[in-house]
Amino acid sequence: MVNGEGRAFDGDLRTTLLDFLREHLDLTGTKKGCDQGQCGACTVLVNGTRINSCLSLAVMHVGDEVTTIEGIGTAADLHPLQQCFLEHDGFQCGYCTPGQICSALGALDELRRGVPSHVTAELETSVSPTPAEMRERMSGNICRCGAYSNIQDAITQFVGEAR
Amino acid sequence: MLFDQPAAGNPIDNGTVVGRPVLRIDGPLKVSGAARYAFERNDAVTNPAYGFVLGAGVAKGRVRAIDAAATRAAPGVLAVVTTLDHAPLSRADLSAAMLFGGDMIEHYHQAIAVVVAETFEQARAASRLLKVDYEREDGRFVLAAEAGNAKPAPDRENGGPDAPDVDRVGDFEAAFQQAAVTIDSTYTTPHESHAQMEPHATVAAWEGDRLTVWTANQMVNWAIRDLPRALSMGQDKVRVVSPYIGGGFGAKLFIRSDVVLAALAAKAAGRPVKLALQRALIFNNGTHRSATIQRVRLAARADGVLTGISHRGLSGNLPLGGAEMATSQTKILYAAPNREIGMTLAAMDLPESNFMRAPGEAPGLMALEVAMDEMAEKLGMDPVEFRVLNDTRVDPHNPSRPFSERHLVECLRTGAARFGWSARRSRPGERREGRWLVGMGVASGIRNAIAMRSGARVRLEASGGLIVETDMTDIGTGTYTIVAQTAAEMLGLTAAEVEVRLGDSNFPRAAGSGGQWGAANATSGVFAACVALRDAIADRLGFPRDRCEFIGGTVRSGNEVVPLQEAARGGGLTGEDSIEFGDLEKRYQQSTFAAQFAEVGVDAFTGEVRLRRMLCVCDVGRILNPATARSQVIGGMTMGLGAALIEELAVDPRRGFFVNHDMAGYEVPVHADIPHLDVVLLDHPDALASPMKAKGIGELGLCGAAPAIANAVYNATGLRVRDYPITLEKHLHALPALALL
Repeated sequence: MVNGEGRAFDGDLRTTLLDFLREHLDLTGTKKGCDQGQCGACTVLVNGTRINSCLSLAVMHVGDEVTTIEGIGTAADLHPLQQCFLEHDGFQCGYCTPGQICSALGALDELRRGVPSHVTAELETSVSPTPAEMRERMSGNICRCGAYSNIQDAITQFVGEAR
Repeated sequence: MLFDQPAAGNPIDNGTVVGRPVLRIDGPLKVSGAARYAFERNDAVTNPAYGFVLGAGVAKGRVRAIDAAATRAAPGVLAVVTTLDHAPLSRADLSAAMLFGGDMIEHYHQAIAVVVAETFEQARAASRLLKVDYEREDGRFVLAAEAGNAKPAPDRENGGPDAPDVDRVGDFEAAFQQAAVTIDSTYTTPHESHAQMEPHATVAAWEGDRLTVWTANQMVNWAIRDLPRALSMGQDKVRVVSPYIGGGFGAKLFIRSDVVLAALAAKAAGRPVKLALQRALIFNNGTHRSATIQRVRLAARADGVLTGISHRGLSGNLPLGGAEMATSQTKILYAAPNREIGMTLAAMDLPESNFMRAPGEAPGLMALEVAMDEMAEKLGMDPVEFRVLNDTRVDPHNPSRPFSERHLVECLRTGAARFGWSARRSRPGERREGRWLVGMGVASGIRNAIAMRSGARVRLEASGGLIVETDMTDIGTGTYTIVAQTAAEMLGLTAAEVEVRLGDSNFPRAAGSGGQWGAANATSGVFAACVALRDAIADRLGFPRDRCEFIGGTVRSGNEVVPLQEAARGGGLTGEDSIEFGDLEKRYQQSTFAAQFAEVGVDAFTGEVRLRRMLCVCDVGRILNPATARSQVIGGMTMGLGAALIEELAVDPRRGFFVNHDMAGYEVPVHADIPHLDVVLLDHPDALASPMKAKGIGELGLCGAAPAIANAVYNATGLRVRDYPITLEKHLHALPALALL
């Protein structure tokens, strides 16, 4: 399942999930920045968990629910987090942006599930999406344009609105 | 439109749309993933094949033979094109490296073959079956070792064709010997990579003898000049399309191997071909910023007035390449009666070095602005006051040439007040918060405004819509939005009512994106086209051209008010023009200025440096859009943190390549490195720079950012590291003693 639609794959077994999305399904919102799991531009949600889709083969996802940026919101009907990115100018060239947005949603879900990070001070209480937590958790998503400061503002606004 | 007199009042001054923080008009497409970048043009071509590029495994030498038999026989392979199949393609202007063709290897990962197959997986697998026989030669890979062979690199960009080897004023050596206080320091900056997120990528398709490339290129006007020449084609047979670009920072100024390989591969395969340079190729196949070795000597009176400035530098490049002009900005940043400033260039066999964001200033200020910090300390002066004292109102090398606008002192004073600079301890290593040594630093930034011809076409449709077309690009800078704002202001509309089409060589030639010249020149070109359209509208309506106002979707003249779309009822109207510049740039030094303030914490036990807060105050002429302008600045500050603390392309001195050629080995700033960044944009429109009274901001945010951080690190630790990046092992040896304080 990709964005709620059943999709069949009968291609080359070496095809990554990323290339399946981009080249087979024409879902080009998921970006290929490095194809090596180093930049985060290809981040998608698989069963709600964020992964680098370039490090995963398409054939490994039979029965999985994959959500890409196209499944989160469209230009005409933006998801509230996408709207926050727009309002805080949380991007420049836009190439890392779908990955940043998918990653932020995945990270917020990890926080809800109480998954700790390197900067979590207390393991026995609930973890909250502070800027320090989000900066740490978002650090696998590189933005070479350097929009980080604005991305954090966007996430902070989204978290505030979601409360 | 010739711009050769100071701009008078014009509709842009109204500030109804221009100067407002209009949200990016391309933003909804980008945050939803709907903007299609070069490799993604499945909407434009059908049934493309995939190309996979092979880079040379030696840094210098010759390809004796390439055995492609197994590759050609591999599943799905449609074509193999090797460098031995072609004569060397002609180099792009301002480019040093040969992109493809011939048997000579000039640098590691030079493209030597492209494999075309039905699928990406097949092309990748088949490329590994290529057997290449090299004749390997030794090369020159270490900059310091080549210092003795370096040649002068005159500053022709600023000094013209007769620029001297060294720009001299007065007698620096005498001033240095007689000075009450002197500084003599040498700094090294490493090779750096643009590391833009979107790889170089192209889709190429032939229709008969006509070629279209959908590619990622900052300068469509250069690409449409250089690509046909490389392929020995007429310019009218080639179309270059580049509407969305996933970052460039200079990496995509020139046609690179991706576009010529895609074109040759598509021809060989008889199919459209799409290819992207694999990430692991980009660092050595593409361009980078050269390492530099810089010596700064300063001479001052006891009261802090500079009497002499010497800034000499060395960088390296392939034999046909230029220097990283790290000393040029030193000619105009501070006053001093005795000066000697110049670069030298060593021929080397590393990959091509070429322009990267703020070429020259970025590494140059990493030396000069630290030397200024060292001098201020030696003088016992506050670093802000020391800079204010040595400000200049004129070009120190040509005092009859004033600055058009220069508000560096206001930047420094505004920044000092806002940042709480007075809390800085003048003696380093004295502020301690738990395990953190805390320090503050300041640096000036300067980057010139470059005037370039730029054209646009603006069409009022019979339906009432307004369309702007120009081959200008948006590399994340916000071009779509500021172009819409400009046209909207000129025609009395809102930005949302303007459709902007960019990055197509079928559109009028524009300045392109580079050197922070894009915004001011491209919008000035749109301004010129809008003036032409306004005249056409006035003529159509029978209004006097010079007594028309365009407000709120109407055209007004005297008591008459006509809806704008009324003018196009009898058929659409078009205005097309270019902005061209006279000699104001020669008569006035036109620059942008910044004051950067940083506060860092240095872990007293590990030496780890953390940026705690940072402020940049900018003086750049008119701000066209404060939201996108601010983004440019924080992006520069972020890249400055990388330059100060993180980034370095590591050279293998035996094999001659950059070892850390991927996004994990070449570390760049990540979220965790960057706190909230603060930006102040001063409002000083520059009527001498352009009709928009704007100058550019895209590179200024990087200028001075790294040295402000370096100075803050010194203020925290008391140990001066002059070898960038300031990684922890460079000062850790001194910290245990400090930590006991």
